[in-house]
Amino acid sequence: MLGIYRHGTSYLHRARPATKLSGLALVAMVLFLPATPMNVVAASLAATVTVIAGFAVARIPAAVAFAQVKPAFIILAAIFAFHLIMGQWITGGLIVWRFIVLIALAALVTLTTRVTDMIDTIETALNPLARFIDPGRVAMCLVLAIRFVPVLANEAQAIREAQAARGAKRAGPTAFIRLAVPLILRGLRLAETVAEALYARGYGQRAVGDGPAKDGSTEKGREAPGATQPE
Amino acid sequence: MTNSPDQQPSEPGSRPTEVMRTVDLARIALFAAIIAVLGLVPAIPIPFLPVPITAQTLGVMLAGAVLGGWRGALAVLVFLALVAIGMPLLPGGRGGIAVFMGPTAGFLLAWPIGAFVIGWLMERYGREGAFVPAFLASIVGGIVVIYAGGIAWLAVVAGVPLWTATTGSLAFIPGDLIKAVAAASVATSVHRVYPALGRTGG
Repeated sequence: MLGIYRHGTSYLHRARPATKLSGLALVAMVLFLPATPMNVVAASLAATVTVIAGFAVARIPAAVAFAQVKPAFIILAAIFAFHLIMGQWITGGLIVWRFIVLIALAALVTLTTRVTDMIDTIETALNPLARFIDPGRVAMCLVLAIRFVPVLANEAQAIREAQAARGAKRAGPTAFIRLAVPLILRGLRLAETVAEALYARGYGQRAVGDGPAKDGSTEKGREAPGATQPE
Repeated sequence: MTNSPDQQPSEPGSRPTEVMRTVDLARIALFAAIIAVLGLVPAIPIPFLPVPITAQTLGVMLAGAVLGGWRGALAVLVFLALVAIGMPLLPGGRGGIAVFMGPTAGFLLAWPIGAFVIGWLMERYGREGAFVPAFLASIVGGIVVIYAGGIAWLAVVAGVPLWTATTGSLAFIPGDLIKAVAAASVATSVHRVYPALGRTGG
């Protein structure tokens, strides 16, 4: 399962994900804060220059950049059309411009940052909240989900083919139900197997670094308050 | 991942709660993947509907209806996190932070709330294997909540009046009603096999 990431060695590729994300947040604020039209134009111009320079530095082809913005075009056209009908084509143009710049800049961050680096960043960013949520568990959950996607995609394909072979129609509302029920049931069994395999290898028995778990011990310190009430 | 006030009650043939914590983690990851896969399967044509509908929001409804409120919402959050970090999991292979910057991001951001509301309503008013409560919960959480979030967001960021944003979104309601029927039907079937699954407090 490949991501949207495009491999490269540019300065933007090597920059820390947290830096890139902060930059994106900053530009978004600059784009949405100004109240007067002239400031909006100035902010949008500055952001546009930033985006174009960014794509140039990262050496990402214009076609790739365009493909990232294209899905939003229909709705953006509808938004512009609305403002045009209301006789405020300048307002509409500015709104649409702002969206295109922001979407392109966000796409640039995604295009230059690996999924694994993003997960590391999330884990680091959650560290201050470790009292409430365990960053390691969040990262584990993300990684598990990524691993489950191709497995379940294969299951879904197999289920559909088996049903087609038995003459089931592919169209109609019931096609959803016929696919989802076996997919979820197989998935739930898979989830239990994976969880037991993780547990058997010591995952979740004690907080990491606390040494081997004793029989029947509960996690200390890492436990969410009030969690796990055995029946 | 687990900040919910209440964990999975042990199932028949109960295992240690530590295992159940990890099973919960795996189930949350699993439903995040199910939402992804339902968005990847080719859109299914529905008679009398102009556009074929993808099953992705069905996955969102199912996360809440099958896993319950908290874990359903967490599963949707995990899915959105996968999208944000650069996995092309939305229909058409879209993904990345860019989708959260667009004018329709409000719908995505309302997904976890919708899943939570579905799960919460099911836990409160649902009975095992009962279709009607599951269907009504799917409509409230999966349609009312998600459209409210999406339309409000669109109105604010695009400078469009609420009413215009609402009428522009109406075309998708019939498809979502079909998904609510499907979600309720699937959830009741799954709960018959896994009776304890959606029956947690938080």
